[in-house]
Amino acid sequence: MKKIETLEMINIYKSFQGVRANDNINLKVSSGEILGLLGENGAGKTTLMNILYGIYQPDAGEIRVNGHRISIDSPKASIDHGIGMVHQHFMLIQNHTVIENIALGYARAPMLFPQKKMRQSIVSFSEKFNFNIDPDKKVWQLSAGEQQRVEIIKALVNGAGLLILDEPTSVLTPQETRDFFHVLEKMRKDGQMIILISHKLDEIKKICDRVTVLRKGRVVGHACTEQMDKRSLARMMIGREVIFSFSREKMSRKEKVLDVVDVEVDGDKGYPVVNGISFEVYRNEIFGIAGVAGNGQRELVEAITGLRMVTHGRIRINDIDITNQSPRKIHNTGVSHVPEERIRFGIAPNLFLYENAILKQHHQKKFSRRAFLAYGRIKAHTRQLIKDFQVATPSINIQTKNLSGGNIQKLILGREIADKPDLLVASHPTYGLDVGATEYLRNQLLKRRAEGGAVLLVSEDLDEIFELCDRVAVIFQGKFMGILESDDSRIADIGLMMAGTKDLRTGEGADDSF
Amino acid sequence: MEEILISVVQRTLVAGTPLLLGTVGEIISERSGILNLGVEGVMAVGAVTAFIVTHHTGNPWLGLCAAIIAGMLISMVHAFASVSLQSNQVVSGLALTMLGLGVAGLLGKPYVGKPLAIKINAMPIPILSDIPWVGPVFFNQSPFFYMAVLLAIGTWFLLEHTLLGIRIRSTGENPKATETQGVNVSMVRYLSVITGGGFSAMAGAHLSISYSKSWIEGMTAGRGWIVIALTIFALWNPMRAVVGAFLFGGIFVLQYMLQPLGISPNFLAMLPYMATLLVLLVGGLRDSRRLNAPAMLAEPYRRGDR
Repeated sequence: MKKIETLEMINIYKSFQGVRANDNINLKVSSGEILGLLGENGAGKTTLMNILYGIYQPDAGEIRVNGHRISIDSPKASIDHGIGMVHQHFMLIQNHTVIENIALGYARAPMLFPQKKMRQSIVSFSEKFNFNIDPDKKVWQLSAGEQQRVEIIKALVNGAGLLILDEPTSVLTPQETRDFFHVLEKMRKDGQMIILISHKLDEIKKICDRVTVLRKGRVVGHACTEQMDKRSLARMMIGREVIFSFSREKMSRKEKVLDVVDVEVDGDKGYPVVNGISFEVYRNEIFGIAGVAGNGQRELVEAITGLRMVTHGRIRINDIDITNQSPRKIHNTGVSHVPEERIRFGIAPNLFLYENAILKQHHQKKFSRRAFLAYGRIKAHTRQLIKDFQVATPSINIQTKNLSGGNIQKLILGREIADKPDLLVASHPTYGLDVGATEYLRNQLLKRRAEGGAVLLVSEDLDEIFELCDRVAVIFQGKFMGILESDDSRIADIGLMMAGTKDLRTGEGADDSF
Repeated sequence: MEEILISVVQRTLVAGTPLLLGTVGEIISERSGILNLGVEGVMAVGAVTAFIVTHHTGNPWLGLCAAIIAGMLISMVHAFASVSLQSNQVVSGLALTMLGLGVAGLLGKPYVGKPLAIKINAMPIPILSDIPWVGPVFFNQSPFFYMAVLLAIGTWFLLEHTLLGIRIRSTGENPKATETQGVNVSMVRYLSVITGGGFSAMAGAHLSISYSKSWIEGMTAGRGWIVIALTIFALWNPMRAVVGAFLFGGIFVLQYMLQPLGISPNFLAMLPYMATLLVLLVGGLRDSRRLNAPAMLAEPYRRGDR
């Protein structure tokens, strides 16, 4: 088969349950070119690429390779046409070895003894890009960066002429990102065609030749990245000037609320992932924990909110010891929790809005009498809540899963801070939300701070950390690399700390990928 | 004394044979992510089919082939429900057990109490069966025994050392990722469930045309459930299934030996299940990852879901 040299997508339409995810989309990419696909979360980038990879079927439109119309009705057809995709959430078999994962999709994998016969070609393939991967390791033993390299090898061994990368840097440290971009540049020199999906302007500007910008399922423009500056790209992507208007006036810290002393916590795999962390959070303070996902922040938050055993150390709220207490008891002590993965952990998706609005308060006197819920008061409370927190919903009598992510998050936040908790623990509160909802939620956190609450904010979004936090701790492999005041000049090098560097001196190792 | 010992081991291997066949089949099915609780029913269908065909043709080998085909066909019901319709696999599997037991009872009604004129007898392997001790125990067995052991080893080889094996295992671990690699997940699951059904039917045939030469309703006697337990006991590994099946076979023989000593037969019948519980308990206390259950076992998979 002829190698893929150009690819066009013409007039592509796709809806999910009546919602237009892709609306008349056109794009084109050729060999030796990196095309950026820029857009906010929910703009339809991933849907479009899943159509190209045969996971979804378009409602209308056509795909052309080298000028000929082709049909892609399954991932296999896509692979056969020379298209490879690295998904944002890796498509790897965690319990299998690297070789087994690569053999699974390799068109010319031998029927017998694939593990033995493919080792050599995988080793030499990974040497070509300096990947340095042990082919016999199980995938779950690999870091996110290593897993991504496995995904890239998987796509390239099949001779993919077009490589689709969906948010490839979202799991990488700044240093890993830099290495990754070197690999991309090398591929471009070899004549590889690449589509890079991202919502990060810096990345698009740095690595892409051309960019196609999506907004709400439509193409809002094509451009050469050289001719665009970040500001105009951002304007195209968002449709208005990005002005985050936050008024974070300086506040002096009041009394101590949260006191974490030398805490150690085990992860799901049974070995320690939080290794002796100590810090305090005070009233009128937002304390941020920055770091690449998977460095123990989830487990630390679960330990503080009572969802996970603390194996060593103490946690106190207002000088009351809450170590290994039940979540309800901790909640009653004044700790609220906005969990990550809001659909899985924040709500019961099939329950009605008004039921979700009192998930943690249903046992309180105002909402129940003995075994019975007081629905009148619950509904009144919910109506007030959706008004106060601007939850857009046609009714409180609908299943909560029908709300958009932003509105679900507003509902959760409203539920959690309605009782004015002393400590609010928020994990990735604005992850995947649009600009409007993000701005609103961040302002609510600042309001909570101004009212005298203490906020513990875990986020991967450094903009969010910088905008909101009075102090920032950087977590790496279960330890704090340091705790910085927001006006500390070393904060510019936070990327290095996220990759495991401790004790930074000012100006050292300025990181150009930021 | 020597003769008693040889006979005990020999009977252990005979009792373990259908368990091994069934377990290996269930391992294939579960490794692809489909829990099949219909083993007991498929075994019964295999047993009655083998008996009827042997009775009429006088050829037990033809009976065995017919049993395998019948087991595969009836397993398609479960494959269709759990793969194509994405229904609850526990419910569908239980339905298959009831269906199989019912169908077998109905078809076998006229044959109750009629012994076969011919059955598949022990087949001593030349030279090897003359080895003292080992010979009579391992190499003077029913062909079912040799087939069961060879199929177990073959299945282990298939799962661990072939591309098809990687595909089956990947399907059970992460069907979505497997699909994105161009593998037809539905087809792999259909094949695995149907193959598993063939194995279970073989186990049933062993009971009616080799172990005994008669058909009575309920002759599978819960062996299908022990197979489900053995699959977990074996941690989804066919090689461990060999050990497990003959260990459990030994417990069967133990029932007969200990009964004269005044131990309640009900207590002894409980032993295989107790052993399984014990293994699960011990396994659960250790690292859960090493328990090895396919990650997406019994989870329906639908293409193109968001």
